[in-house]
Amino acid sequence: MSDNAPAPRRFRSSGRYSALRLLREALTGHRGWKPAWRKAEPRKQYQVVIIGGGGHGLATAYYLANHFGITDVAVLEKGPIGLGNVGRNTTIIRSTYYTPENIRFYDFSLKLWEGLEQELNFNAMVSQRGVVYTYHTDGQRDVMTGRANDMRLAGADCIELDRAAIKSLIPPISLDNQRFPVLGAFMQPRGGTVRHDAVAWGYARGASEAGVDIIEHCEVTGLRQASGRITGVETTRGFIGADTVCLAVAGHSSHLASMAGIRLPIESHALQAFVSESIKPFLDVVLMFGAGHFYISQSDKGGMVFGGSTDAHNTYAQRGTQWIAQEVASEGVALLPELANLRILRQWGGIMDMTMDGTPIIGPLPLEGLVMNGGWCYGGFKAIPAGGYTTAHLIARGEAHPLTTHMDLERFAEGRTFDEPGLGPFPWMH
Amino acid sequence: MLRIPCPYCGTRDEVEFRYKGDASVRRPAAEAEVARFAAYVYERDNPKGWHLEWWFHSAGCRRMLQVWRHTVTHEIHAVGAAQEQLSTPVGGKPA
Repeated sequence: MSDNAPAPRRFRSSGRYSALRLLREALTGHRGWKPAWRKAEPRKQYQVVIIGGGGHGLATAYYLANHFGITDVAVLEKGPIGLGNVGRNTTIIRSTYYTPENIRFYDFSLKLWEGLEQELNFNAMVSQRGVVYTYHTDGQRDVMTGRANDMRLAGADCIELDRAAIKSLIPPISLDNQRFPVLGAFMQPRGGTVRHDAVAWGYARGASEAGVDIIEHCEVTGLRQASGRITGVETTRGFIGADTVCLAVAGHSSHLASMAGIRLPIESHALQAFVSESIKPFLDVVLMFGAGHFYISQSDKGGMVFGGSTDAHNTYAQRGTQWIAQEVASEGVALLPELANLRILRQWGGIMDMTMDGTPIIGPLPLEGLVMNGGWCYGGFKAIPAGGYTTAHLIARGEAHPLTTHMDLERFAEGRTFDEPGLGPFPWMH
Repeated sequence: MLRIPCPYCGTRDEVEFRYKGDASVRRPAAEAEVARFAAYVYERDNPKGWHLEWWFHSAGCRRMLQVWRHTVTHEIHAVGAAQEQLSTPVGGKPA
């Protein structure tokens, strides 16, 4: 069945990070460690060129090479890998969606996360600490009950918590907020967080070991086509030919697609995230505020990592607007009043490709040989393993993976938009 | 925080406004083919640069305004009423 994640590969120790090696390096000043992946030089021609060395691009390359037998692959990244959105998110993984299609897709991703460290032999700190959603009205409870049932029917996990259970799980929560008292909560115990940088590094190493060329500081400046099909990409390091080109460029899909004269149903918006100073253990689940849009977890270093809504206007600036920061902070304090004592250490913005229906796009573009993985709105991080796997399936098999048939581009023109929250073609509201 | 010079109310903070999207798209004629309507509803240039967009002054005069704004620097080139023909900034794609 397509929902079943492929079993993780058998553990193969390279001996690179053995206890013996660690001891030897400790005694010799740690001078013997080598980079985990090759710094490749671009060749003239590849079977597959993936534009974008972020989570989805690296994962696509990894699964192509290790599960679909296509190793003649290059990943082109304009800067160093892992500095785009894969390193600019709040690291949450979950499959708490409403429609069966999305629940199944994101739960497939969750299953891949669960086996990721065995698969990559890399410690990505996958922490299934549970994701908790508070509800504050009877109507919200009914909607969440329906969602919990749909999740269970689709094979995912979701449990209900009463107020006493919430308080014992999350002691610092304010249940009796005057305006938004917490009536109860739902929890996905398998949800949690992952160390996002390690995701990029782990996939990069696994792809590189399988023969994929990861080419950093190589910006794509044009898409070359001849007689209706793509033939390669123009880059700052010269022309690179390819049979198939895959766009995996969070935030810049429209920009890249316009090089082939294609207009996408996407607007780029900024989403902010925040990290506080480090404190002692305070919160050991991922907590979502049902009376607004706020989500928070505590990193392993002790910082509180949190965020809210997008800035709600088109932008390519990787920073955030003040009033959203204020809104996020006030929601946080309403939920966890002790947050008011904390200072914010860092704040940043990432650029999201917001699609017109809030659903990502994995599928061919209207140019033979050109496919895309993008439009993740702000759900891209949790989808990395499934996005990479299904995009690799699309490239290798020439047809959509059964879990992504609703994510094609044609859905817009054919009146099959997949608008989970039912908001209409207004990306700044999704 | 954007500061938007409303032609009716003067310069106000972004919090008084609601963003309403790309103002350069034009509704096709009624007899146009379905593909053109799909493009009108869903496809956008999404430029990295000058963008002509709608802002609704919800906490002010409650008028729809056209704004030429740069999506990287957030500089505002011109603001005008819905019917007005605004001057196009250098590099901006006219509506």
